[in-house]
Amino acid sequence: MTTRKTELMVGLFVILTIAAGLLLALKVVNQGFSNNESTYTLYAKFDNIGGLQTRSAVKVGGVTIGRVESIDLDPEDFNPVVMISLSDKYNNFPDTSSASILTSGLLGEQYIGFQPGFAFDDFVVLADGDYIQDTKSALVLEDLIGQFLFSRNSE
Amino acid sequence: MNWIIDIGTNTLTKVVGIGRAFLMLTGALIAFPQWKNVRLTIKQIYIVGVQSLLIIMVSGLFIGMVMALQGYTILVDYGAEGSLGPMVSLSLLRELGPVVTGLLFAGRAGSALTAEIGLMKATEQLSSLEMMAVDPLRRIVAPRMWAGVIAMPMLALIFSAIGILGGHLVGVEWLGVDSGSYWSIMQATVEWDKDVVNGVIKSIVFAIVVTWIAIFKGYDAIPTSEGISLATTQTVVLSSLTVLGLDFVLTALMFGIN
Repeated sequence: MTTRKTELMVGLFVILTIAAGLLLALKVVNQGFSNNESTYTLYAKFDNIGGLQTRSAVKVGGVTIGRVESIDLDPEDFNPVVMISLSDKYNNFPDTSSASILTSGLLGEQYIGFQPGFAFDDFVVLADGDYIQDTKSALVLEDLIGQFLFSRNSE
Repeated sequence: MNWIIDIGTNTLTKVVGIGRAFLMLTGALIAFPQWKNVRLTIKQIYIVGVQSLLIIMVSGLFIGMVMALQGYTILVDYGAEGSLGPMVSLSLLRELGPVVTGLLFAGRAGSALTAEIGLMKATEQLSSLEMMAVDPLRRIVAPRMWAGVIAMPMLALIFSAIGILGGHLVGVEWLGVDSGSYWSIMQATVEWDKDVVNGVIKSIVFAIVVTWIAIFKGYDAIPTSEGISLATTQTVVLSSLTVLGLDFVLTALMFGIN
């Protein structure tokens, strides 16, 4: 009889572990943009990416629609090229759309704010592998302060 | 000249000890695919795992609660108390879950394993088993080894989960952090393969090391009362130190270089 009780307790132990694993998987872990969702890739060339990192969010109006996949330096003009993967659900952005690097809150992490362009009648859709032409670089605090001092000196 | 001889003797003893420990480990691990041992392993999981549940759950709850309390008092100065969730969950999943579980496991289960096997050796039960042509490595060591390796990662997972709930209890229910931001910022930060899986890998490594040290110290104990008490002390000290040292190495390998 003791063996059955032991096995019962071990069974409960296993169930408790599975419950803990489920809690971690469902409530704790980032499940917003999992790998199995089909995505397409866009590229954007910035002058300065600031503190942008791989896995940073790509947002339209605050809604996360994709993530930064990789960041490289263009070997020819030495500008950073950011590869972003967007959810296939949103695959009809016009090619006049713009991407800018923004900061969430005052001290928050940086993300790509994606601004859909105006859709004319015969607009061209951004397709897999396209470059976003209109980009705005990250605000770098030191540059801002430098410009501010420079403009004060010239007054 | 005598001190040179002493150094030589000490080194030889240590090397022989490490060799014996490896022989015991391979003997124990290879011995697993015997289905009649599964029942013995389940019984050992009950002893090292289920009976450690209480201390693991209570420690996890209180560590999560304390971290939420401490983190809140610092983060609220910067208006960043929403980041309490990722702070609690990342430190639990990456560090405290595996490490504290390893330390508690060494104290709660490891010392018991050493004392049990050491007493078996002192009362010549191990020799009697060999006399009956029962391999003590298979009958005694293997089930305990596997039970420890299986049970400790499970305990670490439970520890982390309970700790996060404890952080929620203090942070959200008591201190008034917004429940939505506690969970959503946590979800935006914690990653399954990077944080959870690495934590589980850590706890598996700690489980192997702690159980191995505990069993070997018992198996290798001097078969007297002093010998067993010395072996038990050594188990707790040595496995705690190894867990802390290995944790640094593993953290450097897993999170050190981006």
